[in-house]
Amino acid sequence: MTIELAELDHPAVEAPTPPDEESNRKRWWALGAALAVWVVVGTVLSGRNTQDLPNAELTGFQTWLTDLYGNLQDAKFNGDWFIKPAVWIGDSLDWIVTTLQHLFVSDPDRPLQVAQFGWAGVVALVVLIAYALSGARIAVLSLAVLLAIGYAGYWEAGIDTLIVTGVAVVICVLIGIPTAIWMSRSSAASAAITPVLDAMQTMPAFAYLAPLALLFGIGNSGAVVVTLIYALPPLVRITAHALGTVSPTTVEATASLGSTENQQTRKVRLPMSKRTIIVGLNQTIMAALSMATIAAFIAGPGLGQPIVRALNILNVGVAFVAGACVVLLAIMLDRATERAGIRAELAARSGGNENVRRIVLGVLGVAAVIALYLSHSQLRWSVFPESDFGAQVARRVNDWTDAFTGAVGDFTAWVNDTATTYLLNNLEDLLANSPWWLVAAAILTVAALLGGAGKGSFQRVVTGVALCSLAVLAAGYYAGSVPDINWVPYWTGVVVLLAVGGYLGAGEAFLPTAVCLTLIFGVGLWNDSMVTLSMTLFATLVVMIFGVTIGTWMGRSHRVDAAVRPFLDFLQTMPALVYLIPALALFPPGKFLAIAAAVLYASPVAIKIAADGIRSVSPTTVEAAQAIGSNRWQMISKVQLPMSKGSMVLAANQGLLFVLSMVVIGALVGGGSLGYLVISGFSQGQLYGKGLAAAIAITALGIMLDRITVHTAARYGRAETA
Amino acid sequence: MTAMVDDAGAVASTNGQSALTVNSLWKVFGPRADKIVGSPEADLSRAELLAKTGCTAAVRDVSFDVAPGEVFVVMGLSGSGKSTLVRCLTRLIEPTAGQITIDGEEVVGMSDTRLRELRRHHVSMVFQHFGLLPHRKVIDNVGYGLEVRGESKTDRRARAQEMVDLVGLSGNENAYPDQLSGGMQQRVGLARALAVNPSVLLFDEPFSALDPLIRRDMQNEVIRLHHEVGKTMVFITHDLAEALKLGDRILIMRDGALVQMGTPAEVVATPADDYVRDFVSEVPRSHVLTLAWVMRPPRPDEALTGPEMTPDTIVRDAARRVIDAADPVKVVDNGELLGVVDQDDILRVIVAEETPS
Repeated sequence: MTIELAELDHPAVEAPTPPDEESNRKRWWALGAALAVWVVVGTVLSGRNTQDLPNAELTGFQTWLTDLYGNLQDAKFNGDWFIKPAVWIGDSLDWIVTTLQHLFVSDPDRPLQVAQFGWAGVVALVVLIAYALSGARIAVLSLAVLLAIGYAGYWEAGIDTLIVTGVAVVICVLIGIPTAIWMSRSSAASAAITPVLDAMQTMPAFAYLAPLALLFGIGNSGAVVVTLIYALPPLVRITAHALGTVSPTTVEATASLGSTENQQTRKVRLPMSKRTIIVGLNQTIMAALSMATIAAFIAGPGLGQPIVRALNILNVGVAFVAGACVVLLAIMLDRATERAGIRAELAARSGGNENVRRIVLGVLGVAAVIALYLSHSQLRWSVFPESDFGAQVARRVNDWTDAFTGAVGDFTAWVNDTATTYLLNNLEDLLANSPWWLVAAAILTVAALLGGAGKGSFQRVVTGVALCSLAVLAAGYYAGSVPDINWVPYWTGVVVLLAVGGYLGAGEAFLPTAVCLTLIFGVGLWNDSMVTLSMTLFATLVVMIFGVTIGTWMGRSHRVDAAVRPFLDFLQTMPALVYLIPALALFPPGKFLAIAAAVLYASPVAIKIAADGIRSVSPTTVEAAQAIGSNRWQMISKVQLPMSKGSMVLAANQGLLFVLSMVVIGALVGGGSLGYLVISGFSQGQLYGKGLAAAIAITALGIMLDRITVHTAARYGRAETA
Repeated sequence: MTAMVDDAGAVASTNGQSALTVNSLWKVFGPRADKIVGSPEADLSRAELLAKTGCTAAVRDVSFDVAPGEVFVVMGLSGSGKSTLVRCLTRLIEPTAGQITIDGEEVVGMSDTRLRELRRHHVSMVFQHFGLLPHRKVIDNVGYGLEVRGESKTDRRARAQEMVDLVGLSGNENAYPDQLSGGMQQRVGLARALAVNPSVLLFDEPFSALDPLIRRDMQNEVIRLHHEVGKTMVFITHDLAEALKLGDRILIMRDGALVQMGTPAEVVATPADDYVRDFVSEVPRSHVLTLAWVMRPPRPDEALTGPEMTPDTIVRDAARRVIDAADPVKVVDNGELLGVVDQDDILRVIVAEETPS
């Protein structure tokens, strides 16, 4: 009866009717035709109207952004009121991090002075906490991880990373849990906050480094803020979802006994969703660690610094050692939270070994106090013993890499050259060297035809697309490649375009795509954005090849799944920056290297979604197809793949977003384009505006790709596989 | 169960003090639901209403009284609105229109604070899917209602232990709900509802999720508890046998509206329409009908020397003695002869399953 009631409360929405066969075929034909036009016209007009500017040249808008940066700096200096809150937040965060550093690492302002509590105290403290929250095994693991980091020579950097991650996570919890509670209680709050979370998650991490550093300052404060923003969404989302989906009968039953809203939250919803909330916390911690390393770009302290430095000089060995330290931290934090979640459940019920636990806790507590005292008073226990272990490993790794590159270098070079010459360059030609208005029209066509069913019939969509394309073409013809945001005919064209598209209802993805393309053109980075887009598309293609093949393989066999999944889980705990290191060992610096790292980074998630899609095909259907005599290939091609189409598009969606964020970070190893502009914006004040513009363009690209694929997935009825 | 009431609706008029009164209760789900009641649309059928306004009338114009100590059963198929009705009684679902009075207090329009007081002290509910807190021991589940109304830990532990013993769960008080069988979990639900010592207990299909054997045990448990604690009970079920077994009176609902209200015997003997007739067609008449329904005036030639029985005796229970007796059995209430019953009359009910006219 509760189900019925739920239905009564929310009258059933009509299930989206799957697109009919004929309309689908027409759409694909239209798409093919548009592509053909694009290729022909693009080849003829190659190199014209591409908005390709030299790196050092700024458009009006970009200059304006640079000036804005200067003005904000002045405002900070003068203590203007509007910047005060940001300055205050930045200063407070900086104070917290510096105080913790002063206690446990060393005072960054007085580098010669040792910390209040040195390594022995910190190790004992971490082991104590790990034992209390997650049990003996995790305590041993933490001990091993911390000592390994120390011996590798990254003690201070490692603790710095832990501090930044920890501070950000604590703030995430302080902000996130109340927000989630509010969202679960008020549908208005939920409706208002969800799009913000969406935006926070769709935006590639690199995009908000610059604007946030501008507001909150670089260094400790900026690092905490970017980490916090990147890590917050999973916790809020998962907690709100868990609170909202607590068994309705239990909620009703406790309400029927006269619980107040607050009692419901405290005594029913929170305890019942504890397990899920810890899963959210785990994701938040992993995201925070990943971002805390990337924050090295805005001078955040910690392990990110040595990695970025090593990558800059292409020293695989050093990057490997520092990267391994980050991975060790990731494993430690991941296992610890996972275990803490299980323990939280067990602890309430067990009575048996509580005494043993209390004794061990007492012993560890005393040990920690002694260790803290020693580390405060004796240099031996304060400064981690010097060791050249890390340097040795780095040298070894470099030797191995050289030997390896010597052995397979020809092969990887061949892969690199072939893929670059035959695929990447052609794709880049098509996207970046065609006139911008042609590419815009083509992308809009794709968005209109694939992204969403739209309100109109097929004819109306085609008419709409044709009209819009004409508008773009006309605007382009007049505009040439004038990349000026103040140019009136350009904006008029945009408005006409949006109005026509909106009127004709050409699919849900059309309008967001138009807005994003407008932004990309408006900030004056069309050419660079298209280069980034071509890299993203190419990498996603590879990711999807992996996703569909390995995913199908896993989805069809539990044995394969059991064998591969732990490996994918491990890959997913690795912080983003670390992915560049193995790629650097395989390929020479350049675009292809960035693509390889992106493929590595995005494949696990795509493979998992694809595998889940194949697995969730109704077993009855599979059985029926078997009974009728399908062979393996028929089963895959006629039953399992078509029925999991929605999941595959979703895998592509996640793949695209992961790839994009990595391709941008790949600028560090020669990926170029937008990511490079972001980095050069940090380092050269006069290019700041261009870096910020690049951040906007990255975000626009991300949202555009997300909208098109999400609505495509919806059109293929993700529901049918769910 | 004692037949406290013979006449449907007679309770309120006889003593004027009902435990629960419901008057013209409506619950309409959908956009601008409050505009439906009182408008011509209210007379449309459910399907027509949905097509015309997008609204669903889950409860339509239902009125009834429940006497103190009575077991009142609301019966209907799924979708008949019975679960919505019971939730409206303490406004777990907000009624669209109508009045509800519990212990002389008007529930609709009550402030939130007052409503909470009502739920904490006067009315508690047992749910189909138990609704227990998985992270709490049995004893803390039972004490939840006492906890939210602010009683001290020792007090509520003591009271909860009493309730655990009362429902026959002694020794399980430190178990967690998932360590108990379904029947035992529902006993916890029952104990939780009893712990706050309410004057009215609401049951929403409490045994539908249980195995048939356990269901029978639990029904007997409810009968036992009713004898021991004597609470007013409103019992929702879709199972006619359960309704006939437990109910002093039965209200039958269909598409949100009241179809028939009366004692089990009345419902079986004189179904209000084909819907109810279809429902009760499988019920063994002799298990439900009382002698009052079977007796007839004595014929002039009959000897009035047989044994005496009361009119509320169930036919099945009377059968052996009526068949054994040489003369017709006299049905006597307070010394007044109401009629007689002979072997023929009994066999007609038991064997031929006829309903006497």
